[in-house]
Amino acid sequence: MSPVLDNLDLYWSGFLQSLEFIVYTLVGSLLLGALIAACRVSPIGALRGFGTAYVNLLRNCPLTIVLFFMAFGLPEIGINRSYFFFGVMGLTLYTAAFVCEALRSGINAVPAGQAEAARAVGLTFTQTMRSVVMPQAFRSSIPPLGSVQIAMFKNSAVAGAFGIGGDLFSVSKILTSARGYDIIPVLIGVAIGYLVITLTAGALLAVIERKVAIVR
Amino acid sequence: MSDVQTVLYDVPGPRARRRALIGTVLALVAIAALVGVALLRLADRGQFDMDLWGPWVDPSTDEFGQVWSLVGRGLLATLIAAALAILLSLAVGVVLGVGRMMSPGLLKTPFVVFIELFRGLPVVITIFLVWRVLVELERSTGVGIGWLPGDDPLWWLVIGLTLYNSVIIAEILRAGVASLPRGQAESALAVGMTRGQAMRFVQLPQAFRTMLPALVSQLVVILKDTSLVAVIGLGYQELLDRGNQISLNLDNPIQSLLIVGAIYIVINYALSRLAIYIERRLSRSGMEAGGEDAVPAT
Repeated sequence: MSPVLDNLDLYWSGFLQSLEFIVYTLVGSLLLGALIAACRVSPIGALRGFGTAYVNLLRNCPLTIVLFFMAFGLPEIGINRSYFFFGVMGLTLYTAAFVCEALRSGINAVPAGQAEAARAVGLTFTQTMRSVVMPQAFRSSIPPLGSVQIAMFKNSAVAGAFGIGGDLFSVSKILTSARGYDIIPVLIGVAIGYLVITLTAGALLAVIERKVAIVR
Repeated sequence: MSDVQTVLYDVPGPRARRRALIGTVLALVAIAALVGVALLRLADRGQFDMDLWGPWVDPSTDEFGQVWSLVGRGLLATLIAAALAILLSLAVGVVLGVGRMMSPGLLKTPFVVFIELFRGLPVVITIFLVWRVLVELERSTGVGIGWLPGDDPLWWLVIGLTLYNSVIIAEILRAGVASLPRGQAESALAVGMTRGQAMRFVQLPQAFRTMLPALVSQLVVILKDTSLVAVIGLGYQELLDRGNQISLNLDNPIQSLLIVGAIYIVINYALSRLAIYIERRLSRSGMEAGGEDAVPAT
């Protein structure tokens, strides 16, 4: 394991870069996903159609194609940014489709009687949504949202393999090609880095889930 | 539309209908503007030129036949890898899941560790590691996978995918068994079955039915993940890898990626609909589609 231990500083900086990538994508995908979920449940048919089309296209398309499209397609039409930017954008667009579905499943998990009761006591649509449906929907979407985001953490490795530069995955490239280490121990170090992220996130999610769980 | 969504608002009256109409018009204008800007930009850069699209859509060009035969071979390679991976994942996943559920005490630990380990690892790294470890193993000990039918890269991919997806299937199976009423196992034990028999003849058959939609959805995940080999350069010429070769040769990444992407989307969309259809049928016949959500998180 000496390739890992000798280069802990390199791994650490890669780890931080991966975390930065993940945080940008996390925020971006939650915002975009919420926007698309709002489209999908809105009373306006055109927006519903747009939301449905977005989700079905992005969810059924491999992330690799989305990333290839960002990296090789966009420069063709004159959009040139760093691979880091393209990576965040591609993974955000992809993850937003799953975030939307997680939020929607939360709304669907609220029993119809809740909304009916709110309507029956005279609340308007906005009041019903804001004070009755959404608070419950948000709590029931925590578990699926959590697994979607943990899946995103793992998918960030795909962007890493693609070459966003400076992240955990790129550490393996530097160590093997520039410094001539064996690939297997180096890769195991990278794997441990990702395991630290995903297992910690999984444990954190379990704690949050217990706190917000609703017994139905 | 779900039940909640339909009870959220009244049948719209004249004012609400007018507002909805205005909203629809505004939304359509916004969407049209978005699409329009994209199309203009594409047209501006000459992305609609026939020398870029021709090889894909015009049978009279020289490349047309070659391009589609490459895509056909790539698609076949993708489907073969996905089919092998889902079958192996199912077999290994059942062993892992049953092992985790049936093993007493400490014997459970290896199953738990294996499952948590490969569930937490990005699948792209798992595939990468499998590839390098198998190559290294063959080099140092001479024990290889050459005896398996097909090329080595196929099996690197399939084994990598199997490690990840078998673990997911093990968890789906466990959730499926856990969602069964307690009385099922209890009555099996009460009529004198051993725990193994109860699992084999009573719990597993029911769990399999409830996990069918989740399995089909997992196939979508596997199909998408086969394309990862194009990123790590494993040398398995599946659909996306072929698409990249074509786009490099013809210098038309946008057109090639759009068409290859569309092929994935059509297949996966059909599979997703199939999963929903199976789920509806099962719940109509009184079986709850249980355990894991039929929509996987990736």
